[in-house]
Amino acid sequence: MSDDRETPLRTNGPIQMVRDVGRKLSQGEAGPLLVLLMVAAIWTFFQFQNDRFLSPGNLTNLMLQQAAVATISIGVVLILLLGEIDLSVGAVSGLCASVMAVLIVNRGVQPVLAVVIALGLGAIIGLFNGFMITRFRIPSFVVTLAGSLAWVGLQLYVLGQTGTINLGDNFVTALTNTFFPPLIGWAVAVLAIALTLGFALLGRAHRRAAGLQVGALRGLIFRIAVIGAAFVALVFVMNQDRGLPLVVVIVFALALAFAYLTERTRFGRHMFAVGGNAEAARRAGIKIDHVRIMVFMLGSTLAAAGGVLAASRLLAVNQSSGASDLLLMAIAGPVIAGTSLFGGRGTVWSALLGAVVIGSIANGMNLLALASSVKFIVTGAVLITAVTIESVTRGRRNSGAIE
Amino acid sequence: MSATTPTAPALLTLKSVSKAFGANQALTSVDFEVDAGEVVALVGDNGAGKSTLVKAIAGVQLCDEGAFYFRGEMVKISSPQDATALGIATVYQDLALCDNLDVVANLYLGRELFTRGPSRAAYLIDETAMEQSALELLDSLAVTTIRNVREHVGMLSGGQRQAVAIARSLLGEPSVVLLDEPTAALGVSQTEQVLELIHTLRQRGLGVVVISHNLENVFAVADRIIVLRLGRRAATFDVRGVSREDVVSAITGAEFGVGAGLSKESA
Repeated sequence: MSDDRETPLRTNGPIQMVRDVGRKLSQGEAGPLLVLLMVAAIWTFFQFQNDRFLSPGNLTNLMLQQAAVATISIGVVLILLLGEIDLSVGAVSGLCASVMAVLIVNRGVQPVLAVVIALGLGAIIGLFNGFMITRFRIPSFVVTLAGSLAWVGLQLYVLGQTGTINLGDNFVTALTNTFFPPLIGWAVAVLAIALTLGFALLGRAHRRAAGLQVGALRGLIFRIAVIGAAFVALVFVMNQDRGLPLVVVIVFALALAFAYLTERTRFGRHMFAVGGNAEAARRAGIKIDHVRIMVFMLGSTLAAAGGVLAASRLLAVNQSSGASDLLLMAIAGPVIAGTSLFGGRGTVWSALLGAVVIGSIANGMNLLALASSVKFIVTGAVLITAVTIESVTRGRRNSGAIE
Repeated sequence: MSATTPTAPALLTLKSVSKAFGANQALTSVDFEVDAGEVVALVGDNGAGKSTLVKAIAGVQLCDEGAFYFRGEMVKISSPQDATALGIATVYQDLALCDNLDVVANLYLGRELFTRGPSRAAYLIDETAMEQSALELLDSLAVTTIRNVREHVGMLSGGQRQAVAIARSLLGEPSVVLLDEPTAALGVSQTEQVLELIHTLRQRGLGVVVISHNLENVFAVADRIIVLRLGRRAATFDVRGVSREDVVSAITGAEFGVGAGLSKESA
């Protein structure tokens, strides 16, 4: 009611900072911070249960396991930002990986070409999804749920009698089985930190030159320090084992590219607009159906890419590729890490963070050799909790203007 | 009735506009005009034809008969794009804002600026330039209530949201602005801010059309009041030298002022 409500400007008092963090937490906007706390809690818990959990070998395995899920999740984030959902990403990843494997092993197609064809198939499936949703106004969950059944069927058909295809030794399997020597790992970390810092300072200087308000330097340095520490810790731990995996770099590069797309380009802005208020976006002259179709294509293409990485990790494709809880993991990860199920709110980075959270829980339970019954129940409970938190904080956010 | 037949052509003039929905005659041969630097309030009871008239001007809904003149020249408005091209901007009651985007993003939605130079190839949005001109725009409108243009619109008050919506409509450099119930559901001080903003629009030489149910606001902001009743133009008043009772009786159709007991201000 009171329109003179204090908008939190950049006041730097410690009390104000704490208050800001509290507000952000209660409105579900602290995202990364909350998730990091969650990861810390999960890791501490499992480390106490089994001291091999935080060993370099296990953490490297965690990264390798979750690379596929994280990749699929990036696509899921894009679709969630529109306020839509794609329940076929698991099936699409399995089908595209199967097609790739059949092409390489049975048809002797160049592995690189086979991967490109698999990604192309993903894009076509996304085009189909987007077309059905925009042209016939069918809810996305119906189109993609029905579709997923069909894609699984097609996968079984493609795989044929044996049901399993071993990939052997080639470009595809190298994706998750290549590790950089320690020095290159460090070089990557230094480069990443330097670029993050450089772009942040450059952007800041640019704003200052334009006479605009800039945030406190302290906040920026704190952020960079946290990110930098994470990079250093990652490379340090990976170097204790086999070294920085190529696939981790690939997934980071993908996340970076799509973070750029969503946050820095006009197309990304329009995605947020469609997810926030489609009618307003339409009236602003945005071709909302084009945006939707494009995003479904990107989502399915990333699902196919995830399928390729999963096949690379498994060194094979089989009838259960892309099945089981992969779909749920890929959707739950970003949601746990702060991307809204209701559209218009979220970041690509939540795909990576979410994959780490979900993967840690699954990995830890495996280490403890828990029964499947327990694993299913725990995973289900985590998902429900995450969605509930999302729903509650969303309510708080929306009432923010009225308080 | 048409006391104001201007010698110079008005900015926007409508002549004998009619519109029927089936058997229901929504507008019957209505004339309408708004001049530059003038605030015209369009009042009338529910179903009087206010919305239909505004939708016709905005190009959202075509009328069956009637002629449109813009700066004295006959024009055709058959789509929202036509209206926009002529320089007619409409702010609907629902404001059409994206709550999940900040003020700058909402102002420039659908017409984002790109950076120049080599980074143009990367489709990078020029946030700095957009924020600068957003600040300038809000400044020029004397909107002081929005302190942080990077705040999400969902966190703003009703008055601030209205200000963002009006500011956005001005980005296309219009000459006529249609405001649909700009003060509905606003508190006292926020209403004050919006009325202040409408004054600023008039000072900038824009023709402003305000639809409102609230006669108090109408008297506070309008130069002329056009009353619609049952799809016809029932009366036109200069806001100076007319009493609220006269306007109310024109709206309700009572021929004579019904007396001192009249205190209803909003339908």
